[in-house]
Amino acid sequence: MKTPAVTVAWLVARRDLRLAFRKPSQLIQPLMFFMIVATLFPLTLTPELSRLRDVAPGVLWVGALLSSLLALEFLFREDAQDGTLEQFALSGQSLTWMLFAKTCVHWLVTGVPLALSAPLAAMALGVPGSAMPALIAALLLGSLAMSLTGAISAGLTLGARRGGVLLSLLTLPLSVPILIFGADATQRAIAGDSIAGDMYLLGAITVLGITLAPLAAAAAVRIGLE
Amino acid sequence: MLTVQGLHLWRGDRHVLRGVTFDVAPGLCALLTGRNGAGKTTLLRAIAGLLEPEEGQVSWRGAPARGSRDAFHSELAYLGHEPALKGDLTGRENLRYSVGIRRMVDEAEIAAALARTGAASFGDRLVRMLSAGQRRRIALAGVLLANATLWLLDEPTTNLDADGQQLVAELAADHLARDGLIVAAVHHSLPLPSERLVAIELAAT
Repeated sequence: MKTPAVTVAWLVARRDLRLAFRKPSQLIQPLMFFMIVATLFPLTLTPELSRLRDVAPGVLWVGALLSSLLALEFLFREDAQDGTLEQFALSGQSLTWMLFAKTCVHWLVTGVPLALSAPLAAMALGVPGSAMPALIAALLLGSLAMSLTGAISAGLTLGARRGGVLLSLLTLPLSVPILIFGADATQRAIAGDSIAGDMYLLGAITVLGITLAPLAAAAAVRIGLE
Repeated sequence: MLTVQGLHLWRGDRHVLRGVTFDVAPGLCALLTGRNGAGKTTLLRAIAGLLEPEEGQVSWRGAPARGSRDAFHSELAYLGHEPALKGDLTGRENLRYSVGIRRMVDEAEIAAALARTGAASFGDRLVRMLSAGQRRRIALAGVLLANATLWLLDEPTTNLDADGQQLVAELAADHLARDGLIVAAVHHSLPLPSERLVAIELAAT
């Protein structure tokens, strides 16, 4: 009996989770990168918390974006090299669902830990405790949107031998709106304003990503396998 | 049942496949031979639909395979150069996921397939600890479990010892006896009865 599409996605997700926990170094590296970037700023800029607070949204979101680019390298590359993606494409099942599952797990093991550990870095940048829940919420949504847009670029650069640079170039323009609204949300949270407007926009980008990115990534991967 | 008609394919500026035409009926095995670089793997990938030919078409059950890709793929098992196994999973886990995404499979079936390919003793070890030949045996168990009608095998005996090569021939003979089809790229012929074989020689380009 042919496996139903939702079960396929669930199997792919379970497999990727299991692999992620057997090889945690790949996940810790982007997180370490984020923490190092965010904590080096106070050392080089100024010890004055009021001035650090002004640059904190920018530092946190640029750090998050760069760290997600670093993590994107691991999204499809290994599966492409060992022939797993080929088998996915030849399974007679929806490649869109499988890549959606892969992208969600990727977010779960890179984006979520980053969002949850962001308050630590934010504290070093003088962000008040009252802004932390908003920061976590914005980063959760923003990192999911980044993973989804990144999946398209990761699929497109599969065929390129040294795709790393190309991957960044393709992903950055797509991520700029996320960066702008995310940093704005954090800025408002620090000032004590409502972040609803920014969150709606981030949510809209994420929903657009959930509906279109897996389709685009599947098409890109099929081309990349040629 | 599988018809390849006038397949032309270019890789970069090399005209690799020049009008390849053949036909495989149920119970027959097409053996692709030719020198290194003659395009054996390219042809297999084109049949599977991983490569799009510039000209010509692959038909399955009388209809273009490209038209009903998912239905064609669910009847196809492809064993490539890479065994498509994850080093950080055991052989059994690998099969549970890779076969599971194709069809519902239970543990007993996996155990039986591992036993059939002589991989029962190392099926629970992490794949990165295994030798290339042992990985091949696990990949072969995956081909068995796929329950496919058409097997596309790229150098199935690579890295296998004499026993393993005999095993591939036995598995292939069983599959053909069940009216299965095989297209295999090989350097040395598979020891199968000659009435079951269709020889296809690819000219070097």
